[in-house]
Order: sequence, then structure tokens, then C-alpha cells
Amino acid sequence: MAPRRWRLPGLGRTPRASRHLGTEADRATFRTLHTAALASPALREGLNAASVERSLRHLRVLLGTPAVAIADTEGLLGYDGQADHHADQARALAQRVIREGGTAVAGRAELACEHPGCPVRHAIASPLVIEDRVAGALVALAEERSAGLLRATEEVANWVSGQLELAELDQSRHRLVQAEVRALRAQISPHFIYNSLGAIASFVRTDPDRARELLLEFADFTRYSFRQHGEFTTLAEELRSVERYLLLEQARFGDRLTVTLKIAPEVLGVRVPFLCLQPLVENAVRHGLERRAAGGTITIEARDRDRECEITVEDDGEGEDPERVRRVLAGDPSSDSVGLANVDERLRNTFGDAYGLVVETAPGAGTKVLVRVPKYAPGVHP
Amino acid sequence: MNIAYGIGAVAVVTVATLVIGTWGLRFSRTTSDFFVASRSVRPGLNAWAISGEYLSGASFLGVAGLVLAYGGEMLWYPVGWTAGYLVLLALVAAPLRRSGAYTLPDFAEARLDSRVVRTLSSVLVVAIGWLYLMPQFRGAGVALRSATGMAPWAGGAVVAGVVLANVLAGGMRSITFVQAFQYWLKLTALLVPLMFLLVVWLHDGGTSPAASSTVVGGASGFDWANPLDVAGDHPLYTTYSLMVATFLGTMGLPHVVVRYYTNPDGRAARQTTLVVLALLGLFYVLPPVYGALGRLYAPDLVSRGATDSVVLELPQRMVGGVGGDVLTALLTGGAFAAFLATSSGLTVAVAGVISQDVVSRRFEGVTSFRISAAVAVAVPLAMALVARDVSVATVVGLAFAMAAATFCPLLVLGIWWRGLTAAGAFAGLVLGGGLTGFAVVDRLVVGRDSGWFAALVAQPAAWAVPASVLTMVIVSRLTRHRVPAHVGRFMVRLHTPEAVQLDRS
Repeated sequence: MAPRRWRLPGLGRTPRASRHLGTEADRATFRTLHTAALASPALREGLNAASVERSLRHLRVLLGTPAVAIADTEGLLGYDGQADHHADQARALAQRVIREGGTAVAGRAELACEHPGCPVRHAIASPLVIEDRVAGALVALAEERSAGLLRATEEVANWVSGQLELAELDQSRHRLVQAEVRALRAQISPHFIYNSLGAIASFVRTDPDRARELLLEFADFTRYSFRQHGEFTTLAEELRSVERYLLLEQARFGDRLTVTLKIAPEVLGVRVPFLCLQPLVENAVRHGLERRAAGGTITIEARDRDRECEITVEDDGEGEDPERVRRVLAGDPSSDSVGLANVDERLRNTFGDAYGLVVETAPGAGTKVLVRVPKYAPGVHP
Repeated sequence: MNIAYGIGAVAVVTVATLVIGTWGLRFSRTTSDFFVASRSVRPGLNAWAISGEYLSGASFLGVAGLVLAYGGEMLWYPVGWTAGYLVLLALVAAPLRRSGAYTLPDFAEARLDSRVVRTLSSVLVVAIGWLYLMPQFRGAGVALRSATGMAPWAGGAVVAGVVLANVLAGGMRSITFVQAFQYWLKLTALLVPLMFLLVVWLHDGGTSPAASSTVVGGASGFDWANPLDVAGDHPLYTTYSLMVATFLGTMGLPHVVVRYYTNPDGRAARQTTLVVLALLGLFYVLPPVYGALGRLYAPDLVSRGATDSVVLELPQRMVGGVGGDVLTALLTGGAFAAFLATSSGLTVAVAGVISQDVVSRRFEGVTSFRISAAVAVAVPLAMALVARDVSVATVVGLAFAMAAATFCPLLVLGIWWRGLTAAGAFAGLVLGGGLTGFAVVDRLVVGRDSGWFAALVAQPAAWAVPASVLTMVIVSRLTRHRVPAHVGRFMVRLHTPEAVQLDRS
């Protein structure tokens, strides 16, 4: 509905009713901005056939030419307007622009045409640049060539490039969240896999049954940690994985590692971000106990706090400098506690800044990490 | 009667509750039996807990009193309070669990994507909670007066204080073991004395309380047992309206809904509900028997208008002596447990809403919850002191009517009809809440004796529920372009069993 009203800009047809909107120049600006706004949502989805199809007609209105086309590095993505027998020639011009960079113009010679009265005699192509990389080209096909059209084509191509860059940004933000989960999955492997397999190997002769059991636990643990789908899981699932992890660690540490669990069964159904507990427990084992000959105790508690669930992971190990923990949570990349910062950030992203990790620690006093999770948050489901 | 027994019973219940609560919290385990720890609450246990929290003072004392005073048709109260779970089982239990909502406002927000409807739902949760708390405190006053000779208002205040202390200490609430224990405590407290009373009754010749020769307060036994005969001018309408209120109101009770979150999945939610039906069916056999015995042994309570205390009076009159004192103590303990369990659950539900939506803007965390809990208890206590003397079960019936006229349409239409819009839900909630709210105020403040208007206002569910449903449907059709975009996906999540592999995001 709205776009039709602005079909013919620049022809001097001004609806009476909109006279109060300002001078003719003002209204032209409004029309241009409005048309641009119509093309923008599609372009924000990135450069593909579907987004091009939905945005091209608005771009044609913007340029005021009989036809426009957009191509990417592979070929023509879309052609809108009259005289579509020129599509192949438009593609060739676009390829040239993509290869060479800079705006190019094609005249009658390159746009040979057997149709008498064909409205397309000239074409102007301008590159679409996303982060210094030529990703495609915008082709305007017109009867006459003019400096104005050349300028307009370049400006529109620049604007489209800007929109595509924003689309890229959206995508990379989404990819970042996924990459963080993937990073955690990958992070589990080296230390832990090596140590676990070593511990299991030590049981193969002395206690083959236990070795077999541990191998099965190991298989289940990795299958859960490397699963590909879903950002969320239930606390019960997450605790099950933590249990397998601790069984494997206990195989290695033996009596040195004591584990106490106090879990309120009411909160087992609470949905939590995938892999939000295991890194905390691993942290407790590594930092709290690994370097102490006497071993120690890890306590995991989950409490029901009406609308929230409160989970604590506590060790009685050597503790840490609070200032260091603060830096880790602030995202200091030099630390080896990547897991802590990652969990903190994902909790904040999911539930809001009020739900970050709370770490209580001091040198020699052990460490206690507190996670709060609301029982219900909009948009959180497995 | 010996006051020490009564106080002792109340003290035992309180201590036992706290001990089990603490024991449940300290339930530590080592990794060797970790799988036990990560096992969710079984449907059976959860059903005990739901029943324990649900069976309030109205069930424990009120039903017997109503049956004594008005006879057979009052059996619809316990029948309705049980049958409400049948409707819950069939229409709501599993989808509500799968929606991931913890409270009713959560469901409104998840389904309709509207903060406004969420806020309105929160207001209604508080209103229903207060309306349900008020008779609890009043009933507790009756129980304590009977057991200790305290003034009724003092008894109510004592119970309110205990509930507040209990909630603030973080005790009992939502600890499944405690609530489950409460069910068996209440059942035992009602069942064991009844056995003795029935032996005495048989020994006395086993006269039927429904015999025509048994005349109490001018009503013969035949009239008493005959349904649709005693209470009010329009018994047929009143009965149907009561059925609508209780059948449809259960699903809208804030303290019941939150317990469903404990179920691991929709299937477990249904299983839980099924067991609840059996447990409530078993329990509700008992109170009417007390009411019937009251006709034979405590007929003076009818003329004194003190029928709510019939359960507590009978052991004294029928057994007497130390035996009577012990049985009364057991019943007092059970009644106190009933008040404590329901009141604590409701107080937490109401305080949670007040804390989240009102107080937390000024105060933080624990302080906010404490202030809210105090407000949540103080308001219904004040209502109990100010309002007219209406029987415990009647006021609870009004709370059910309000729940039936607001949250029942929201849940049923929200779960089973894609077309519900935020505007439709808002209009329906306002209308349903407004109509029943008017009826409540009229009933508690004005009080009418006869005529159609009095009957309509006394039992508003039969007209308020259809009005609310129609409003929701009509306004939703008028605003059909505003159906939330994600409703299709939401419905898939709600109605697909968890076992089905499916992308739910």
C-alpha cells in the first residue's frame, strides 16, 4: 500500500493533502528516505536471492530507472523492471565491476538489442563493498546516461553496502554466541580427555569392570558435551553430565576428591544455558584441588528460592585473589579460566545483567561460585 | 477442656514441619548415589504434596460445618474441589507444564507476549490469594478458640504470625517432603478420631442422622439429606453455579499452579493430577461424616451459628475425658496443619507477586520479599477482622468463583485456541475479575438474605464465567490481526509430548 503511493517520484505530482509537509524539496527528501526505509529490512538479511527480490523494486524507485539488477560474485541475484532480455548483459557488466572494482558504464555497443523502442540503452554498474571486500554489484539500466544517474547509482550502491555490512554484523553477533558454546565444547577436550583416558587405562588390568564402566561414562559425557543442537537444557541434564565428569575425575584423584551434593528435586526441571555448570565444576577441581596433595571437597548445591533457583559450586582449595577473578569476569583473555567468563557472559545474555556469576573467594579460603537462574524467562525453552 | 493438649498439638505440628523441612534441605549425597539426587520428584510424591498444600481449613473444618447446617447439597463443595482436578487433568495440566511457565502471569506473558496482561494477571493472583487467605485466618481463629479458649481475632492473628514467621524463615514452602507429610497428617488427624466416634455412634444404637425423626433447627432428617431443599431461595441455580466455580476454579489457584512446575514433563503432570484425584477423593469422604454425626451429637451448634467448629467439638461430646482431649488435640493439630500449609503456600505466591511487581522498585532482594510477605499476610488478616461473619467454605467458594471467571478462560482459551489475543484476554480478565470482585464485596460487606439478586451475587460463577469467556472470544475476533506471531510455535511446544524429537525453538 504505502510503496505504491510513492511509485513515481520526481514527476512533480504532489498530492494536495500533503502540502503541509513542507517544500517540494523537503517532500522529495521524505519520499527518498521512505523508499530507502522500505528496502532496508530485506537487505538487513544479507545478500541473497530472496532479500534481493524483495528490495530491488524499491531500489528501482529510488534510482528512477526502467530496470535495476543486483549480482554477487557467482551470478545475477535478481533483475527488476522492463526489458529483461538485458539480464545477461547486466550480469556481464556486474562481473567486470566485481573483477576490477570501481564504477563502470556500458553503452549501446555492449547492450546490443533487437527490440525497437527498448527503454534500455545504457547501464551503470557500481560495486557493493562489505568490509573492504567486493561482494557484488548494483546495475542501473537506463535509456540515457547522465552524470546525475552515475552519482545516484554510486550513492545507492554505497547505501546498500552499508545495509549489507549491518547484516553481516547481525550474523556475526549470532555466530559469536554459537561459537562461545562451541568453544566450551572444544575446551573440554585436551586436559580432561588425556587425564581421563590415563586414569581409565590404569584400571584396565586391575579392575576391568570399573574400566569398562568409566569408558561408558566417558562416552556419555562426550556425547552430551558435543551435542550440536539447542542453547538450553534442563538442570537435571546438566547435573547428570556433571556427575559423569566427577566420576571420571574421581577415578583419577581417588580418595583425594570428595564430592557432596545437595540438590532440591523441585528445581531439576529449571532450564539453564547448555554447559553452564560443568565449566564451574571443572574450575573447582582444577584450581581448588589439583595442586593440593591432601585433596579436598567439592560441594554442589541447588536450592529452591521460589521464583529462582540458586546453584552454588564450592571448593575448599587454595582460593584466588578476588582482583584476579574480577579481571577474569571482565574478560581478561590472559587468564586460563575462560570457562568462568564464558558462563558469566552467557548467563547475562540470557537472563539479564542481574543474573551474572557471583564469586566469593580469597587466597587460602576456597572458592564459592553462585549461579542464580529464574524459573521462567521469556524465550528460554529447550 | 484441657488447653495444654490443644497447644501441645499445635506445637508438635509446627516442630514436625520445621524438622522435616530442615531434614529435606540437608539431604546430602555423595557421587555414588548421585543419580538418586538428579531424579526428579515422582508423580506420586508430588501428588501428596499438592494435596497437602491444597487441603485447607475450609476442607478440614468448613465442609463438616456446611453439611451439618445445610445438608446434602453441600456435598457439592468437596465434590467440586476434587472434580476441579479432573478438568485440570483433561485440559490444562500437561500443556501448562510444557509451556515452561512457573506462575499464572508467566503463562500470560509467554502465550500473549504482553506485559499489560501479565501485570493484570499479577493483580488477580493477589486478589484471589487474599480472598483465599482471609477465611483461612478466620477458620484458624475458630480452631484455636475451640482448642484454647482464645478470642477468635487473637487466634487469627496468632496463625497469621506463625505463617509469616514460617515464610520468612524460608521454611516448608515448596519443599515437597513437607507438603507430602502434611497430607498424611491431615488424613490421619481426621481418620483416627472418626474411627473412635463411629464406634461410639454404633454403641449408642447407630441412629441415622437422616431419619425423619431427627429434627435439628426445624429441619427433619429427610429435609436435611434431600438435596436442593434447605439453603437459600434458588437452590438449583446456587448448586449449578457452585459447580461451575469449583470445577473451573481449581486451575486458577496460584499456589496449586506453581507446584506443577516440579513435574519433569507433561506426562508426569497428568499422572500427578490423577493421583491427586484419588487422594482428594479419599480425604473428602471423611468431613461429611463429621457433619452428619454433628446432627446427632451437637445440634445446638446450628442454632448458635458455630457449625465450623463441629469437627473439634465432637470428641468432647461423644468420648469425653482424657480420650476426648487427645482426639481433640489430634484434630486441632490437623486443622492447624491445614491452615499452615495452605496459608504459607498462598502467602509465598502473593508475596512473590507483590515483591516482583511493586516493592522491588524501592527495596532489594530479601528486604523486598519480607516487606511483601508482611503485606500479603496483613491485608487478609484485616479483611478477616472487618468483614461480615460468612462461613469459611463460602468465602473460599468466592475465591474459586473469581479464579474460574478469570484464569480458567485465560488458560483454556490460551491453550486450546490460537485466536486469543492480548486485547481479548485483557478484556475478559477485567470483566471476569470485576464482576466476581463486585460479588465478593457485596457478599462480605452488604449481605442480602433473599431474592434472585442475592442468589446471583452469592454464587456469581454461573454468569461471570460465560461473560468472561464470551468477552475474550469476541474481543479476540475483533483484534484478530494482533494474534501473536509466534502462536503456532507456542502451540506446537504446548501440545507435543516431550518424547517427540522436534525443533521447539
